[in-house]
Amino acid sequence: MAYVAVKGGERAIDNAHAWLAEERRGDPSVPEVCVAQIGAQLGRAVDRVMAEGSLYDPELAAVAVKQSQGDLIEAAFLLRAYRTTLPRFGYSTPLDTAAMRVRRRVSAVYKDLPGGQVLGPTYDYTHRLLDFALAADGTPPPPAPRAEAEAATMPRVSDILRGEDLIEGDGPRETDREPTDLTREPLGFPASRDARLQALARGDEGFLLAMGYSTQRGWGGSHPFVGEVRLGEVAVEIVPPELGFAIDIGDVTLTECQMINQFKGSKTKPPQFTRGYGLVFGHAERKAMGMALVDRAMRHDEFGEEATAPAQNVEFILYHSDNIEGTGFVEHLKLPHYVDFQSELETIRRMRREAEVALHE
Amino acid sequence: MNGYNFAYLDEQTKRMIRRALLKAVAIPGHQVPFGSREMPLPYGWGTGGIQVTASVLGADDTLKVIDQGADDTTNAVSIRRFFARTAGVATTTDTEQATIIQTRHRIPEKKLREDQIIVYQVPQPEPLFKLESSRAETRRMHALAEYGAMHVRLYEDITRFGQVAISYDYPVMVGGRFLMAPSPIPAFDNPKMHMMPALQLFGAGREKRIYAIPPYTEVRSLDFEDHPFRTTRAPHRCALCNADNSYLDEVVTDDRGGRMFVCSDTDHCETRQEAGHAGTGEALVREAPVGSAARGGGMKP
Amino acid sequence: MTDETLLSARDLSLHFGKIPALVGVDADLWPGEVLAVVGESGSGKTTLLNVLSGRMRADAGAVWYRDPARRLHDVHAMPAPALRALHRSDWGFVHQNPRDNLRMAVSAGGNVGERLMAAGNRHYGNIRAEAIDWLTQVEIDADRVDDMPRTFSGGMLQRLQIARTLVTHPRLVFMDEPTGGLDVSVQARLLDLIRSLVARLNIAVVLVTHDLAVARLLAHRIMVMQRGVVVETGLTDQVLDDPQHAYTQLLVSSVLQA
Repeated sequence: MAYVAVKGGERAIDNAHAWLAEERRGDPSVPEVCVAQIGAQLGRAVDRVMAEGSLYDPELAAVAVKQSQGDLIEAAFLLRAYRTTLPRFGYSTPLDTAAMRVRRRVSAVYKDLPGGQVLGPTYDYTHRLLDFALAADGTPPPPAPRAEAEAATMPRVSDILRGEDLIEGDGPRETDREPTDLTREPLGFPASRDARLQALARGDEGFLLAMGYSTQRGWGGSHPFVGEVRLGEVAVEIVPPELGFAIDIGDVTLTECQMINQFKGSKTKPPQFTRGYGLVFGHAERKAMGMALVDRAMRHDEFGEEATAPAQNVEFILYHSDNIEGTGFVEHLKLPHYVDFQSELETIRRMRREAEVALHE
Repeated sequence: MNGYNFAYLDEQTKRMIRRALLKAVAIPGHQVPFGSREMPLPYGWGTGGIQVTASVLGADDTLKVIDQGADDTTNAVSIRRFFARTAGVATTTDTEQATIIQTRHRIPEKKLREDQIIVYQVPQPEPLFKLESSRAETRRMHALAEYGAMHVRLYEDITRFGQVAISYDYPVMVGGRFLMAPSPIPAFDNPKMHMMPALQLFGAGREKRIYAIPPYTEVRSLDFEDHPFRTTRAPHRCALCNADNSYLDEVVTDDRGGRMFVCSDTDHCETRQEAGHAGTGEALVREAPVGSAARGGGMKP
Repeated sequence: MTDETLLSARDLSLHFGKIPALVGVDADLWPGEVLAVVGESGSGKTTLLNVLSGRMRADAGAVWYRDPARRLHDVHAMPAPALRALHRSDWGFVHQNPRDNLRMAVSAGGNVGERLMAAGNRHYGNIRAEAIDWLTQVEIDADRVDDMPRTFSGGMLQRLQIARTLVTHPRLVFMDEPTGGLDVSVQARLLDLIRSLVARLNIAVVLVTHDLAVARLLAHRIMVMQRGVVVETGLTDQVLDDPQHAYTQLLVSSVLQA
């Protein structure tokens, strides 16, 4: 039989891309979904893509969701690959989440508190019954009841506890250096808290959920209480060096979780609650809470706790939380490995031959 | 390409990578952390190699890209296209014509020259990772040149199998100092790294490490005096060009054990065919039973 | 015995918060000498072992080591690579739990051979022969050389650890409760083995133990520690037969009662 080496990689790629484009569009008799619809009606998907793509741009994130056929990790990847081409102008001043325009704010530790409990748009108390009305073309729901926002401020629960010195503070701001940026510098160990929090904020929601969950089941237990979860819009300010004062460059939607954990102290050092922190782009309570649990678990060395569980292993968490890295390395196994496998084949054949020869001698 | 810098990366990033490369060349075999960027290709597809290539590529370079030794595998095609689009450089499949060769899993059969650079794509730059999973600890082991554990692994192989059972990504000592992963090239290619006239650069994008072997550097595959390093290739001739010393791919031709062995280095094979060498073009039947089979090609380095 | 010490410590102090672990501790060790450090748990004896071996830093004081070329080294001022190299060659450390030292997924021969390979030995046959020789010396059958440590009993694991440690012929070995956690009969056999190996190879040992019987059997000299302070030191028989300090008297009498 004559053999011709496999050729035509180039054409195969072109054809594959054409097929993919056709599949993406689907049945042309069905109206095409538009980016505005994705932004408006698949907001949680858009939020997740912005968080894991670490780029706050709802419109581009919606494009990515469309382009990836709703594969959210693929969409986050598209966004990151775009993000990396953008120039970096600087970094913001610390966001003032106490000044957030809150749409939702719940605390599990106080029945009532200044600013009150605000349920907001949540699935928490929905009954998970499929709404068959949505299968048909629904009419828009009646508008939700509205009220004037209360003028009262909504202090963060951590600040309330802080007033009594019952919880650890934020710690001093390290003003002598720029915040770590993992998209510019490789991860190093020991990893500073800002590097860890950045990695978690970019991390995979499922991974953080599983790792946070594991701490609740005794794998690095931390006795957490949700001090507060809040969702809303926060102003972003930067200080351009040529101006020397802060200017507002726009708002971002954020979910913040302050997790209160078991107290630390001694007979001589007054005990205080410790904190885990979660902050995520968009509406992402599950991820913010998982992040806060994992953040606290990774701080074991600050509190002299023995690190025994996966969630406490900083190197393990930080190296495996990134789903773009993870999906790349897992899926690269699809690439040809003929040469490696051939070398294994030859080795195993040689070993079998030598073993059989040895057997016959 | 519109809207993008030459060879995709911005000049600041390229400068950062070149600084890492200079450091890597100055400390042969040492892994230098670098600010690996997210690329428009997935991690694992060669993002490290692409960043290194982009940083050393000039407008008058001629680029060759191979995967598994072949120029026409899909990933090689995809990366070659990427640079053709973003840098507009000349590309070639001819090893001799190329000034820069980016490779995944092979070193070309043709001896490389001083005026060439070979860029390896590296999935896992840490040669100790199977023995020690913490990179903080492996860094310390490299700093202290504590490589006893790696030899223990070879010792265990010989004890269990009578020989070292590592077929690819076979660890090497560079310049007598640093233990280095040669990337998943077959052990057959390891001897080519030793005293190579060309500059060898290694990029691991996901792991964010760069390392290098300067020209004419000693590269030794780990072994024991009484169990010297040996290479393996399929004990056949290429069915297309009749070569008896090139690394061969095995192609299954039917479901009855038929197979054909052909050069993995497609350029090498085609060059030989053009020069008039011809193989049988025939598939082999199932391997002859043990005893009559040709012994494995135990080439000495 | 020469008048040149192998290891000397002067005025070592270390506190963990308010708890004193070492208070003004002096120690000297001569070549071939076995020095036992005894005391209850919390007395600071394991901390002393870690500080003497450079694994832990003291707040104050110094540790000096004399190398085979008779050069003195300040252990805590040595660069990390030099200290690690020392730990792989002229020094050894025997842990209470052999699993802390052994590679459980590596054969007995590989475990014993590792230090030889780290020292640059590149002849498989010689490494293996040496490993077998050492297994025999610690009374493990030569045909167990390819077996995994997980198939070994507790006493065998401890002997394997000793073989792994002694293969490079160290002149100084630190031992942390080497017979702890073993049955009495297994302990007796191991103590005999350690005593004969140490004597035959002229190895100096710093031995930490809470067991005065172990100290009596192995040690030439003894240091008694209480709350970080060395309360009494002297020849083993002298200290145990005629304790001067009230705490030593208490220790000795509690053993006698038991």
